[in-house]
Amino acid sequence: MLEINNLHVKLEEEDKQILKGVNLKLEPGTVHAIMGPNGSGKSTLSYVLSGKGGYQVTDGSATLDGNDLLDLEPEERAAAGLFLAFQYPTEIPGVGNMTFLRTAVNSQRKLRGQDEMSAGDFLKLVRSTAKDLKIDADMLKRPVNVGFSGGEKKRNEILQMAMLEPKMCILDETDSGLDVDAMKLVAKGVNALRDGKRSFLVITHYQRLLDHIKPDVVHIMAAGRIIKTGGPDLALEVENNGYADILAEVA
Amino acid sequence: MGTPQTKSDPNTARLSGLSLPKGAGWASAARKSALERVITMGLPGRRDEYWKYTDPKGLNGPVAAEAAIIDSTDAPGFSADSLKIVFVDGVFNAEASDDLTLAGIEIDRLEDVTASDIHWARDVYGVLEQAGQDPVARPLAALNTAVASDGVVIRATGKAAKPVSILYMRKSETADVVLHHVIKVENGAELTVLEDGSAAARLNMVIEVDVADGGAFHHIRTQGREHERQAVTHIFGRLGQESLFKSFTLTINGALTRNEAVLEFTGDNATAHVAGAAVGDGKFHHDDTVFITHDAENCESRQVYKKVLRNGARGVFQGKILVKAGAQKTDGYQISKALLLDDDSQFLAKPELEIYADDVICSHGSTTGAIDEDALFYLRSRGVELAKAQDLLVLAFLADAIDEIDDDGICEELLTRLQAWLERRQD
Repeated sequence: MLEINNLHVKLEEEDKQILKGVNLKLEPGTVHAIMGPNGSGKSTLSYVLSGKGGYQVTDGSATLDGNDLLDLEPEERAAAGLFLAFQYPTEIPGVGNMTFLRTAVNSQRKLRGQDEMSAGDFLKLVRSTAKDLKIDADMLKRPVNVGFSGGEKKRNEILQMAMLEPKMCILDETDSGLDVDAMKLVAKGVNALRDGKRSFLVITHYQRLLDHIKPDVVHIMAAGRIIKTGGPDLALEVENNGYADILAEVA
Repeated sequence: MGTPQTKSDPNTARLSGLSLPKGAGWASAARKSALERVITMGLPGRRDEYWKYTDPKGLNGPVAAEAAIIDSTDAPGFSADSLKIVFVDGVFNAEASDDLTLAGIEIDRLEDVTASDIHWARDVYGVLEQAGQDPVARPLAALNTAVASDGVVIRATGKAAKPVSILYMRKSETADVVLHHVIKVENGAELTVLEDGSAAARLNMVIEVDVADGGAFHHIRTQGREHERQAVTHIFGRLGQESLFKSFTLTINGALTRNEAVLEFTGDNATAHVAGAAVGDGKFHHDDTVFITHDAENCESRQVYKKVLRNGARGVFQGKILVKAGAQKTDGYQISKALLLDDDSQFLAKPELEIYADDVICSHGSTTGAIDEDALFYLRSRGVELAKAQDLLVLAFLADAIDEIDDDGICEELLTRLQAWLERRQD
């Protein structure tokens, strides 16, 4: 599925190296979690994989099912099956959520050489998906993320993920800013998409999200590298002892 | 205007030699007096403060520049049921037009009206234009009054049964057209006028709108999508007590456009909203110049203008709210915004407030910015292609101005039309 080799990334405008040789391999159907202290490069990794500007890859590679991701435009990466659930979903005044969803679904289908989804099929799908995530008709009508609460924004991300049916989902601190109930709702939405083939990369600071989205593998990232990889227990260790022990152990 | 002083102008001789259209005594007098005004004021030049940001050369010269017709397959028109009046190269075309009878309104041709000795239009034709010459001269409007021979004259006496749409077709690539419409909305009457089409290689258009007490006038126009045409338009509005005036203009392309709106509140508790959305690519200069005079109490005026510019396109906004002494409880609002899609494009804004009353609320704002990169990335990360994502953000930006139109159906239609235009912008 997703394979990252020796990925080195610096800021485009500054001489600042953020990722210093990241290696990661996700098999189909698996859930990997990345934890790590602030500034370790977790969010940068998610942005670089999805194609945000402002970064420069200086070395290494990232492929999705063997296709070079770094060579593709952001929309082509999306059409190839990559999805990033943003830590801070962008507000887009003037663009209705429904219009946005339909445009996204049909743009991806077009890029993949498929026919557009009919308006009727789209409506049916969006209504049933939204219902599961407790997204009401009003939220679908409003401009994208404008005036949404933190929880609503994150649910809206999961709605997009469910509608777009990506192969590889990256969740960037999807738990941040959520209360326990909202987190459970989001986790339920994610779990509903686990079908044995789709893979997830869950970036989080806290173990609590991993109680609800159970990872197969946990990575610890620090200073632009993955410094330790283990099973779900590793997340518990971090929760109990912080990162200090692990950082000391590696150093 | 102060002391009339004839400006030395290379065009003066040409103006003095103009032969004016024939008409009844009052019409001839109105035209003659308008021509004298133009000669006194002189045609606009770059040295005029009011034309600082827009070069009037293309609008002033003796001959119109040729303008290719690119869109012969797209007949102008709106889907809403309306009474259609068609002009071809600036000439009324009876065959293409509907029968000019409609419950609640009277419609005549300017040509017929100016030939009649007695007609209500004599109290409006050239009168609102002349009133609008103070305190700022608008010579091209006076020139229009002097030489215009065609246009429509509409009087609403009740609620018009349906909108009147004036559609402009082009057959000639060189037509130099002057049109003058006169509209009177009587006490308590209601009228919607829709306009569509590029009209001519060069167009000089004046619309005078007299809205009596309690009358309501709605105006929505689009100026076609042709690249080379040039146009100067003036809307002069006089607003009676508790009247409503709303005007919206959509402009796509056009080498040169100057749209002036000159409104005056003469009765209390009236409302005027003017708005515009303009999209230009490359050789495009678009100027919205608005002058609203509050000379009555408790009136509300609102100006909302948005422009999207790329490839060196230039946008201008000059908007003024003048609140005269005694025009208490005035509520004046003005906003102009430009979205620049590249570094070559330019937006020049000159917002002005001049207030002589002490109990008023007036505000103005103007912004110029680039497309929101975060929003663009967000859309692309969901699989929306770059061009499409830009289009979505452009439409979203313009939506505020288009939302100023009360009729949801027309809003939707204009948005759909804009979207199609954006998709075919390479044409």
